[in-house]
Amino acid sequence: MTSTSLEAAQFVVPTSRDEAVQAFGDGSGVTVFAGGTILMPEINYGRLRPAHVLMLGRAGLSGIGHKDGAVTIGAMTTVAELEDAPEPLGSAARNVADHEIRAQATLGGNLCAPSGGGTPRGDLQAALIALAATVRTAGKDGERTAPVEDFLAAGADGRLVLEVELHEPKRSGYAAARRPHAHAYTILAVCAAETSEGVRVGISGAGANALRARHVEDALAGGASAEDAAQKALDDAQPQDDALASAWYRQRLLPVLVRRALDDLGGGK
Amino acid sequence: MRLTVNGEQRDLHSPPLTSLLTALREELDITSPKAGCNQGGCGACTVLVDGEARRACLVPLAAIDGASITTVEGLGRADELSPVQAAFDEHYAAQCGFCTSGFVIAATALIDRKPKARREEILEALSGHVCRCTGYIKIVAAVEAAAEGDVHPEQVEPSFEPEEAEVLIPGSPA
Repeated sequence: MTSTSLEAAQFVVPTSRDEAVQAFGDGSGVTVFAGGTILMPEINYGRLRPAHVLMLGRAGLSGIGHKDGAVTIGAMTTVAELEDAPEPLGSAARNVADHEIRAQATLGGNLCAPSGGGTPRGDLQAALIALAATVRTAGKDGERTAPVEDFLAAGADGRLVLEVELHEPKRSGYAAARRPHAHAYTILAVCAAETSEGVRVGISGAGANALRARHVEDALAGGASAEDAAQKALDDAQPQDDALASAWYRQRLLPVLVRRALDDLGGGK
Repeated sequence: MRLTVNGEQRDLHSPPLTSLLTALREELDITSPKAGCNQGGCGACTVLVDGEARRACLVPLAAIDGASITTVEGLGRADELSPVQAAFDEHYAAQCGFCTSGFVIAATALIDRKPKARREEILEALSGHVCRCTGYIKIVAAVEAAAEGDVHPEQVEPSFEPEEAEVLIPGSPA
């Protein structure tokens, strides 16, 4: 907390990608404002009083493009715009909150989402992991592109997310624990995709950020059945208690969802 | 900061990170958007921003300079309800009324983008809105009727004259 009143906040509203990168600099002291669905509750409740705000709404960072067989998605692309994105990203996007939130929340915000009140956020992260997506960011040492799991491991501090790149998978699978008419964050979601480097599995809801289920992937690569490979998920993730569900429940649910996502993958698409 | 609110140009002086909800209620005295959860989870503050339903609590003024805002006050009048408002009246789709503004705005936006919205689409579109008393069945029936054009605004009896409304407790939320 660097200032104490809303009046004190200084604003930069870049109108191009280059201006946004320049205004972000090394990110020191900058609060990046994308869709606002995560920041505004913090501001409304007085938990956050930003001093320097970078408003990305007009920076031209939104939109879905295609180049050389890859799909590029700008950081300011809304979750609603991703509802028809390559699977399992489309399914993950459709599972986020409700229509109005999806129309405001952004891909970049979802990638940078810290856990809230101990509850994991960032529903799209597992899909991006499964799809072997890369994240292009700007910051202190200029622009760079990194695998999404490396970006998540390093954290968003000091990096401005510009765009994500991915390829259509050969097949995809998705399974999530969803409570109808309760738009809390997802309890647990599993994304699977067959990419050029084999089957990849991402898990959202079992840690502060989504994680890659390497033990599950290795078991599959070694010829294990979906049923057996799914059991390995507990070697990849140690779910925690939070307001949405207990660790006990998540531990029992996780292998089931992994198996369902793998079955969904087997079903083709 | 300037907005067009219900067709009227308004200059706002609240700090740029003030939520649209707070600015509407406390600076402009427009009280149909309700402050329920202030974190996007209840839907009671939903308004139209350039024709699209948005949570007013999640939108800072800084993000919408120059935008056009519509609240329930801008949809219809007591003697000339909008189709969605008339459908809510006909189907008795309000009880305490706290969530009603948000539902009416969300339903208006839905029918605007999908004029013949089916039941499943209605349920999905309203799923971010919480009602703690009517129980959704009458609300969904009202929106289905509005989507089917089965509304009769001319038959709605204005239940009160707005100019007769009086604030019983000064400073209480309307």
